[in-house]
Amino acid sequence: MRNTMPKLVLGRLSSSLLTLFLVSLVIFAITSLLPGDTAQQILGQFATPEQVAALRVELGLDQPALLRYWHWLSGFATGDLGMSASNGMAVSQLMNDRLPNSLLLAAITTAISVPVALLMGLVAAMRRGGNVDRVLNIVTLSMVAVPEFLVATIAVLIFAVHLGWLPALSYVSTVDNLGDFVRIYAMPVLTLCCVLIAQMARMTRAALIDQLDSAYIEMARLKGVPPMRRVLRHALPNAVGPIANAVALSLSYLLGGVIIVETIFNYPGIASLMVDAVSNRDLALVQACAMLFCGAYLILVMVADLCAILSNPRLRNR
Amino acid sequence: MSETHAMPHRRPGLSPHQASRRRMSQGSRLPIATPARRNKPRLKLTRWIGLSVFGAWVLIAIFGPLFSPYPMGAFVSDEIYGGMSAAHWLGTDYMGRDMLSRILTGARYTVGLAVVAALLSSLVGAGFGMLTVLLPRWLEEGIRRIFDTLISIPSKMMALVMVSAFGTSIPLLIIAAVLSYAPGAFRISHSLATNLATLEYVQVARTRGEGRFYIAAVEIMPNMIQSVLTDMGMRFVFIVLLLSGMSFLGLGVQPPAADLGSLVRENIGGLSQGALAVIAPALAIGTLTIGANLLIDSLSNSRGSQKE
Repeated sequence: MRNTMPKLVLGRLSSSLLTLFLVSLVIFAITSLLPGDTAQQILGQFATPEQVAALRVELGLDQPALLRYWHWLSGFATGDLGMSASNGMAVSQLMNDRLPNSLLLAAITTAISVPVALLMGLVAAMRRGGNVDRVLNIVTLSMVAVPEFLVATIAVLIFAVHLGWLPALSYVSTVDNLGDFVRIYAMPVLTLCCVLIAQMARMTRAALIDQLDSAYIEMARLKGVPPMRRVLRHALPNAVGPIANAVALSLSYLLGGVIIVETIFNYPGIASLMVDAVSNRDLALVQACAMLFCGAYLILVMVADLCAILSNPRLRNR
Repeated sequence: MSETHAMPHRRPGLSPHQASRRRMSQGSRLPIATPARRNKPRLKLTRWIGLSVFGAWVLIAIFGPLFSPYPMGAFVSDEIYGGMSAAHWLGTDYMGRDMLSRILTGARYTVGLAVVAALLSSLVGAGFGMLTVLLPRWLEEGIRRIFDTLISIPSKMMALVMVSAFGTSIPLLIIAAVLSYAPGAFRISHSLATNLATLEYVQVARTRGEGRFYIAAVEIMPNMIQSVLTDMGMRFVFIVLLLSGMSFLGLGVQPPAADLGSLVRENIGGLSQGALAVIAPALAIGTLTIGANLLIDSLSNSRGSQKE
């Protein structure tokens, strides 16, 4: 029994790696289906065919696709991800500058939303069918379906236009004190939190209710264990795995949400870098950013799976 | 209707008797706070809210442009970011165009594109999901691997990568949405079909020598169509969010055409003065997706409680 666990984790890890490899194939295939395009694009419409041909040689576009794929893929190991076509800087340099900002935004959002969502899920599950649960259900169900830019728009209207507490849609790059810090991060974090909390709370509630419906909770109830203790001591420990799974899966939402939020608030993160790269059709940068996002997504999904597997003996022994 | 047609429809739902026996074996529940009973009025309420809001948007998408007071692209006012007035019910946009007319047409783009993309996703996903069950093992594994890979690319990433490579256009946006959302539909219908394929009446049809397409269309499909349709509704919501997000980034529907996301983007400059031209289209998307989500949730909930 003991040694099935490492085997399972290793199996899951290698399957994620295989998927990441296949994902890289898909991304490379999509962005390289038109091999002549990149050179043409950098030089513009009026370039002579000779110029285009010369640049293609320089960029290595005259090599066969498989070879280019290999160079690109091995670039991730060496950190050489090519040059950005729009401003001539190294892709890895550009990403290095922006990544910490995005990670900070994600970290703050996570730190705020996880406790709130868990609490909401817990309360809703305990008061199942009651008024609190009903209201939370409708609120979270609505929040899940709301586009980020609506939340952002409303936040700006309230906090910037009407109350005047925060600057509207502008990024201040100097952080001198805590006040500045809060002013910069309040609205992006709030916007991201709204959808994230709703989703996480729903999944937490479902995971807990799954436990509360089981026979041992009924047994505890019949023995006269008070409701609080029943949930916290009996159900919660058994729901930790599914809840961890829910948290990790919900966090993968951040990868999509951050794209809109960074753009709307002019936040200098990796997602707004990618959006700019897409607008400029800067393919090397787009490829690298896409791989980063897909990698992060796969890691979160894998962590979610592992939480589910490790916490459930039935799955563990399968 | 022949016997083979009538039989499968009844199969998967348990009879009330079976269902209660199954519940008993899981430990009986006392009548207090039985969720199905308590939730009944709420389910009805969310369903009616969802249905009326979502239905209204569908009607607007179909008939709205007929009633639009001005042509979509006409410059009708000297005032930019104008507020509500008798001439312009939803104000004017950043170029003095009538916002109501633009939203009525924009809704048609948003709803129309999402409906087409959701239909295609479900068609592709559910079609493969059913057929792979009947294909040889290696082919089934191969197709599953492809869909598993596609599902590992977040939808916005897929759309962004495709737009960066090919430039944006309406067919491309639809293809990107289908590539992102067909895999999910495939997963669900595949697991449903795998269960259905083990049932006796499918085995009987196989023994009878029926072809793969016959089995998929006549024996399996009618029994999973309801789940597939609910799933399609969810995909519709996701696709509305994806496509309006892309338009909001300026990478979706391009001018002179505009969906609701593009309308928000165009007028974002008016946000600092609280212009109606930003708020109205953003609220339009919000109500559309919330309405659809409430409706779908109440439909799938009531199906669940029927099964219990």
